[in-house]
Amino acid sequence: MSTVTHDPGPVGPDLVPPARTTSARRFGPGGRRPGTQVFNGFSHLFLLVWAIMVVYPLIWVVMSALKSDAEVIQQPLSLIPETLRWENFGRAWTEGQLGNFFLNTVLVLAGSVTLTMLLGSMAAYVLARYEFPGNRLLYYMFLSGLTLPIYLAAVPLFKGVYNTGVFFPPLGPNKHLMLILVYAAWSLAFTVFFMHSFFRTLPNAIAEAGLVDGASHTRLFFSVMLPMAKPGLISIGIFNVLGQWNQWYLPTLLMQSVAGEPKNQVIAQGLIDLSVNQGYKSDWSGLFAGVTMAMLPVLIVYIVFQRQVQSGLTAGVGK
Amino acid sequence: MRYGVARFVTGFLALPVALYLFYVVWPFAQAAGYSLTDWGGYSDRQQFVGLENYVRLFSDELIRKAFWHNVFFLITVPLFTIALALFLAFLLNVGGREDRAGIRGVFGSGLYKIIFFFPQVLSLVVVAVMWQQIYRADGQGLINGVLMKIGLVDPENPITFMHDPAPFLGVPAVLWWLLLIAVWSGAGFYMVLFSAAMQSIPKDVFEAAILDGAGRFHTFFRITLPLLRDTVSVAWIYLGFIALDMYALVFVMTPSQGGPNHASEIFASVLNFTAFQKGQFGYACAMGVALAIFTILLAAVQLKITRRERIEY
Repeated sequence: MSTVTHDPGPVGPDLVPPARTTSARRFGPGGRRPGTQVFNGFSHLFLLVWAIMVVYPLIWVVMSALKSDAEVIQQPLSLIPETLRWENFGRAWTEGQLGNFFLNTVLVLAGSVTLTMLLGSMAAYVLARYEFPGNRLLYYMFLSGLTLPIYLAAVPLFKGVYNTGVFFPPLGPNKHLMLILVYAAWSLAFTVFFMHSFFRTLPNAIAEAGLVDGASHTRLFFSVMLPMAKPGLISIGIFNVLGQWNQWYLPTLLMQSVAGEPKNQVIAQGLIDLSVNQGYKSDWSGLFAGVTMAMLPVLIVYIVFQRQVQSGLTAGVGK
Repeated sequence: MRYGVARFVTGFLALPVALYLFYVVWPFAQAAGYSLTDWGGYSDRQQFVGLENYVRLFSDELIRKAFWHNVFFLITVPLFTIALALFLAFLLNVGGREDRAGIRGVFGSGLYKIIFFFPQVLSLVVVAVMWQQIYRADGQGLINGVLMKIGLVDPENPITFMHDPAPFLGVPAVLWWLLLIAVWSGAGFYMVLFSAAMQSIPKDVFEAAILDGAGRFHTFFRITLPLLRDTVSVAWIYLGFIALDMYALVFVMTPSQGGPNHASEIFASVLNFTAFQKGQFGYACAMGVALAIFTILLAAVQLKITRRERIEY
């Protein structure tokens, strides 16, 4: 479904019967009421005000990131810094540890998104297209995860991860592999739910033809069904990337230092710490630089793929 | 079932189900179990206390406060977000030339949609840290700074935002300021959602209306809006979940995560405070279970109320 409005379609004004333009409700041959101009003016005014309310804070953050600390304090409102201080970004990157946060986030997401998509579509596919006892039960088990508040599980989850870490350190607290598995597990509920309805709509005839031709079930999935589900995979993929990139509660809970080693923080989690620490140090420009670096990549990706992102995220609600 | 199929099904399900059971289902089940004990969290000593924790919930002053704050968000977040989103979608789509059939959109509507969607892709944490700077209680904050410049706010007596527990319309001011952020970040997303739904309404419906002499406003309120009912009710449910999940904002922005003086406590913040500050894990788990039951009931009620037969085009 397109989300951009510019297609006038084949139905133009010509289809409106000519009698309409001479009716009492119309003024002049152009068929426009005088109120139209006023209304359009009002629309634009209000839309513009809201657009400024959305964009202005973002621009203000980016511009403040380029000021000196003195400027942030003395002229907080000016949008044009006296000199562009790019070193603020360097400071946030090294001293503020933004570099580490990015590295950790990318490492974790590379694993967790791949795993989520693979496991999610495998489970959804089997649940959607194969009948077996317990099928409904498993489906509802995944579904129930959508309604339960994550805070409820917090304490036992941390305890479980801690205990696992005692036996097998790579799955303990503060470990990348552990966070990958936890992200994947928590993203499964929605991924299975979404892909389930997608696999249901795929035609049976093609699956049968594949089996008749001698493909195994596994082969059928990977070389026929999965490619056919590509639009759905893109939507849910975008949803998962954004969701896991922005995740803050699970890392805050699980990426804690237990044996005194430095925390392997991800970006959203690190930003909370940064907002506290830079506050103590009064390094406001460094904080603004950190926020800028956290939001610009996402915004750029969004602007480039805006159509896919919008339909990906809204499809999640529409289903 | 044939042997090959059984093996295939098991093979495909084993890993996802195992992962889900271990990291999602098992913690939830344990939480339900702990809610019946007086477990403190740091020792292994725990005693079964039956439903005592649940009874305690009803007489807990803090919980009652948090509950009403949750209800406040539950009503206001969907209400204001949907109203604003519908209004923006209306302006965006009903403008343009009137003598054409259907929903068209004002000039530049594509660009507006891209911009309005910005907050949705940002992390709640980024939004919260950014608004922390906007809401600063001195001239360095964006809002106070602007208002001081035009003389609306006395520099000696700035707006205190997150530190303001004084009630406004019976609700602590700090909650209204948090609400503003939630609406700011949500409106664009739902506007895009509503716009998409508006555009999926077939053109001949509008042509028929225009032939019957309906104007732009009539068309919108009598045709477009009723046909959006499904989308709006789904949006309402989603916003309900988001309203229960205002924790990120409370966590990052309010003093001592729920302050000042517990004026912005919500269920989740009380839960975390009880578990990690007061060390009463059993009691905190009971809160969690109560919250889960509340959420599920709410979703069920909303689904029941908003369910109507679908209109197929």
